[in-house]
Amino acid sequence: MSTEKHHISTYMSHGVVLTILLALTALSVGMAELHFGAFSVAVALLVASVKGTTVLTYFMHLKYESMFTRIMVGGVFVIYVLVIVLLFFDYLFR
Amino acid sequence: MSHSETHPQVSYLEYQGKYKGILGWLTTTDHKRIALLYMYCIVVFFFVAAILGLTMSIEKMRPGQDIMNAQTYNGLFTVHGIIMIFMIVIPGLAAVFGNFALPLLIGARDVAFPKLNLFSWYLYVIGAILAVLSQLLKGGAPDTGWTFYVPYSAGSSTNVIWALTAAFILGFSNILTGLNFIVTIHRMRAPGMTWFKMPLFPWSLYATAWIQVLATPIVGITLLMVIAERVLHIGFFDPALGGDPVLFQHLFWIYSHPAVYIMILPAMGVITEIFPTFSQKPVFGYGAIAISSLAIAFVGYFVWGHHMFTSGISYWSKWFFSFLTFIVAVPSAIKVFNWISTMYGGSIQMRPPLLYAISFVFLFMIGGFTGLFLGALATNVQLHDTTFVVAHFHYIIFGGMGFAFFAAIHYWYPKMYGKMYSDRWAYIAWGFTFVGFNLLYFPQFIIGVQGMPRRYFDYLPQFQWGHMLSGFGAFILLIGLILMAWNLIYHVKRGAIAPANPWKGVTLEWQIASPPTLENFEEIPVIKHNPYWFGTEEEIKREKKSVTRNT
Ligand SMILES: [Cu+2]
Repeated sequence: MSTEKHHISTYMSHGVVLTILLALTALSVGMAELHFGAFSVAVALLVASVKGTTVLTYFMHLKYESMFTRIMVGGVFVIYVLVIVLLFFDYLFR
Repeated sequence: MSHSETHPQVSYLEYQGKYKGILGWLTTTDHKRIALLYMYCIVVFFFVAAILGLTMSIEKMRPGQDIMNAQTYNGLFTVHGIIMIFMIVIPGLAAVFGNFALPLLIGARDVAFPKLNLFSWYLYVIGAILAVLSQLLKGGAPDTGWTFYVPYSAGSSTNVIWALTAAFILGFSNILTGLNFIVTIHRMRAPGMTWFKMPLFPWSLYATAWIQVLATPIVGITLLMVIAERVLHIGFFDPALGGDPVLFQHLFWIYSHPAVYIMILPAMGVITEIFPTFSQKPVFGYGAIAISSLAIAFVGYFVWGHHMFTSGISYWSKWFFSFLTFIVAVPSAIKVFNWISTMYGGSIQMRPPLLYAISFVFLFMIGGFTGLFLGALATNVQLHDTTFVVAHFHYIIFGGMGFAFFAAIHYWYPKMYGKMYSDRWAYIAWGFTFVGFNLLYFPQFIIGVQGMPRRYFDYLPQFQWGHMLSGFGAFILLIGLILMAWNLIYHVKRGAIAPANPWKGVTLEWQIASPPTLENFEEIPVIKHNPYWFGTEEEIKREKKSVTRNT
């Protein structure tokens, strides 16, 4: 509906988010040097998830959206996780 | 609006923008014109694929080779499947009637991204051209079936890559349409139209759009992986290269089962608009229908394994997928009960749209119940890859989505063209279509149970009676379709002028001119009631007075 307010982010908050993202990128490059063995993929995915969440929250304005929008976007991740779980469930018990 | 003041009465069909004639259509960003562009393409492709289907039926009327050889037959069922699935049923209702009716139903002037909408149509056309080329280029029509199962599709010498690329591009067209609709529904509803004052066709489109956006990329990347496997010999799926063919089936059906809901959810939405209008009664169980659309979309993600019960997936997976398949039948059944209850006690007018809507419910029920036979593990083993499956999904796809398409075109035709078709010819065409359809597909249930495999060119003599009936049914069905098309096309020019509200509907699209102006609404309406509010005459009068006083 047209009555919704638009949030305008400051340059400051964009700058902070950008810095965090760059720092996390450096972190994930650095992690590769540490050789976590079997967990290296999990660690890389964890860092990537934090970055994704930051982008969704600030750059894509999810923080300023209605609850309904947030629930729908959250639902996307629930579906994604469940699909992955179900898929590997088959491989696990085969 | 200055626009509507300068062109007070011009409809979107007559409106002239920067360009004239055909160029005006090809550069349009009007959601109604784009809807018609999609419809014309889809109808043409539908007749092409239907005729391919007819030739397969003719070939099978007698055992042995009659009018084509086995390789041609393999090509035909693949082409028939690719065109019907990727170019007709998946975009069908959302791109045609979603585009046309969604902005009208929610009181908007257009979709959120009109240019993106036109771009989606161009992607659709490019995908369609590639699909057609895949049939004609040297190398021969792909013969993998529309499911492109590996390892065969990794090795077949036919034009598989062309068909895969076509499906990939058509998928993108679909994703963009879905994205457009999500934003449109979130942002462009008329003031006062809260989520639970939104009509139910937009609700179903909303659920559909989420599937389009989320599930389609999975098949896109899967098809790319097959291309990579063929071109670069990377072993994703082909066991000869160290891949896992069952992984392909997983990834393919993770998309392609939800794709069934991409086609059937908007169909259910159309039907939900038609029942209250022709019963002159508010829809029964509004909230249940709205939420069940989302429930179907959600649970529909987790049932894909029912296509793979005989492919060697694990015991517990089978158990789980079978269980969830039965669960997903519940929200569909909720809708059916609500449609019937909507009619109960209403003042029913059996006009052509309602006739098609009721046929939809009847055929969809047959399709749905036979789906439960296939969802049950034990019977699935017996019925897998028989014509029982073919009959089942044609009852869902054609009997469901197809008849909903016919219902929708008969329902919104007066709004689209400002003309009325002949009710009488619509009934006659319905008779042929309905009888032909059942005669074509019902025998396939029976010979399927008896063991007739699907996608077979030849068969044992005991199955001939079924194929013979199917063949006659196919002819009757085609006559019905031609009559229907003729009735609709002929009356675009010669039909009687349609009033703004020929069916006494109460949703927003019936409150504006037929055909609508370019901007749909002179003034965006303010919504106060449930969308299916049939007030008494006095109530409506009082309502109108208060509106004029306010403005
Ligand atoms: Cu399925």
